[in-house]
Amino acid sequence: MSYHNPPTKPRLSATFDEYTMSEIRRAAATGIYDIRGGGAKRKLPHFDDLLFLGASISRYPLEGYREKCGTNVVLGSRFAKKPIELKIPITIAGMSFGSLSGPAKEALGRGATIAGTSTTTGDGGMTEEERGHSQLLVYQYLPSRYGMNPKDLRRADAIEIVVGQGAKPGGGGMLLGQKISDRVAEMRTLPKGIDQRSASRHPDWTGPDDLEIKILELREITNWEKPIYVKVGGARPYYDTALAVKAGADVVVLDGMQGGTAATQEVFIEHVGMPTLACIRPAVQALQDLGMHRKVQLIVSGGIRNGADVAKALALGADAVSIGTAALIAIGENDPRWTADYEALGTTAAAYDDWHEGKDPAGITTQDPELMKRVDPVAAGRRLANYLKVMALEAQTIARACGKNHVHNLEPEDLCALTIEASAMAQVPLAGTNWIPGKGGY
Amino acid sequence: MPTFDLAVTPLRDLNQTLHDIVQGDNDLQFEVVNPRGHHAVAAGVHAPVSIDIRGSVGYYCGGMNDEAVITVHGSAGPGVGENMVSGRITVKGDASQYAGATGCGGLLVIEGNASSRCGISMKGIDIVVRGNIGHMSAFMAQAGNLVVLGDAGEALGDSLYEARIFVRGKVQSLGADCIEKEMRSEHIELLGRLLEKAGITDARPEEFSRYGSARKLYSFHVDNADAY
Repeated sequence: MSYHNPPTKPRLSATFDEYTMSEIRRAAATGIYDIRGGGAKRKLPHFDDLLFLGASISRYPLEGYREKCGTNVVLGSRFAKKPIELKIPITIAGMSFGSLSGPAKEALGRGATIAGTSTTTGDGGMTEEERGHSQLLVYQYLPSRYGMNPKDLRRADAIEIVVGQGAKPGGGGMLLGQKISDRVAEMRTLPKGIDQRSASRHPDWTGPDDLEIKILELREITNWEKPIYVKVGGARPYYDTALAVKAGADVVVLDGMQGGTAATQEVFIEHVGMPTLACIRPAVQALQDLGMHRKVQLIVSGGIRNGADVAKALALGADAVSIGTAALIAIGENDPRWTADYEALGTTAAAYDDWHEGKDPAGITTQDPELMKRVDPVAAGRRLANYLKVMALEAQTIARACGKNHVHNLEPEDLCALTIEASAMAQVPLAGTNWIPGKGGY
Repeated sequence: MPTFDLAVTPLRDLNQTLHDIVQGDNDLQFEVVNPRGHHAVAAGVHAPVSIDIRGSVGYYCGGMNDEAVITVHGSAGPGVGENMVSGRITVKGDASQYAGATGCGGLLVIEGNASSRCGISMKGIDIVVRGNIGHMSAFMAQAGNLVVLGDAGEALGDSLYEARIFVRGKVQSLGADCIEKEMRSEHIELLGRLLEKAGITDARPEEFSRYGSARKLYSFHVDNADAY
């Protein structure tokens, strides 16, 4: 008597999945870790894990399209003689010229100006494209100090001291040589074509006490007129926020793990830092413990996509949010109309992240003159303005439903969490309960 | 000559006065007394003025200086001449760490010793130190010249880009990718001009050794991983 042996289905390892195996093969073949742009791609607890509790009887909603709901925000009211007022609590995050093309920077400036908000420079200095088209421009003071000069400092509306970035807290950047055009090389005082290593730490200070003196220097140079922001990567948000406040920051910018970058190691992007959702409450707690909540403003960034994200960040205690990746998508990054070109690069018009290679079909993260022509700064700026205004409208809609006449009146009490993880991180109750797990120290 | 006594006049008044100078103003020479270790003294000056500071200063004296000629008749704290663009700063005494950090242009002369990280990330500034410099000096220096008449500490010129380093004394150790290079005639001429500009007459260019980047780490290769 013979038995039939049925065929078995091959079983893939959950640990060594196809992506993991391809990365092992790539590392073995090239001898270098994967460098890419963008933010974390893995699924992390995020704003989608929170829901708003609209008003019914215990709360009284406001009428949509009738009753006003304010969206303006003042940044830098602590020390600066000339604080910034934005029409909407959504700013454009720092993205460098060099990483981005000139037309892309111009589009960001145009869009932000129409929407009544600010743009931010980046590692590489200030360009005429963005100063000329940004009504409000924040000048980043970065560890590398590429293109840093006092004339541009005085031309800025605010100064952002970048200590860390959400995609790579504690790390510097790596811009591969192929993207270093003559103009980029000149702005950065580096030879053309080399792999540019952006520093991970400021060369001329070594701790929070030095930061305090550095802030004093920048205030003195700019006659105490401009708000001083301090940007930190979301890793130890309670202590970093507290120390930034102690050092004299007007504004703390807190960039969570979903925040993007021009180029750094994949392992850094995916394995260092904390989810944006987890960063906000400890930072707000630090401000509250110091009696500085709403006096030192908090800008939260890292994966903000729509008005619900904006409203949730504000409800958790932020004063404004900042967008980078979303702004690039709005002006055309990874746009499906370039599908064939993305496929020719071995990727898709959704997953493209090799921004450091300078071959971006959308003409945004490149210095290639031909590719750059694909960006129409006027049309792209209009698209960004539309997107920013939609986000503000969405946040207003939610705020009105919660009975608020200003988006800043949103509060943690307006939220519940869908998962235990989100409940613990955002410190709002799990939906249908009054339970917040893990409440305690940081 | 206007004199500011920082024992009684706020630092803010001094710096605002210096920043308000416009072309055609008569007062182009200033004196600062009793600096008493204040930070950011004469920071952000952007006019061709002369400033004599009688005493020692704290952090970031002459930070981002553009066009001014500043003399510290004492010692300077960390970051003197930070990100200087042009002009000249002279420190008659010693300078603390990261003197001339990220400086883009101009001349920084330290007549005493400088501490660690002198000229870190320099981007075009010329720095002349009559005494010694500390460890990690010229780390990641991109452009400009660092001239040292005394000795240099450990890891000189680590991860150097295109900046040049000239040392007359001993070098405790060189950092990654920094090597000694031949002193050719153009370097003798360059060094001669720098010494002359710095007012140094008792040292000859031929007495110096030149150090620069081996440029082996400019592009990543896994076989160089031990150097990172």
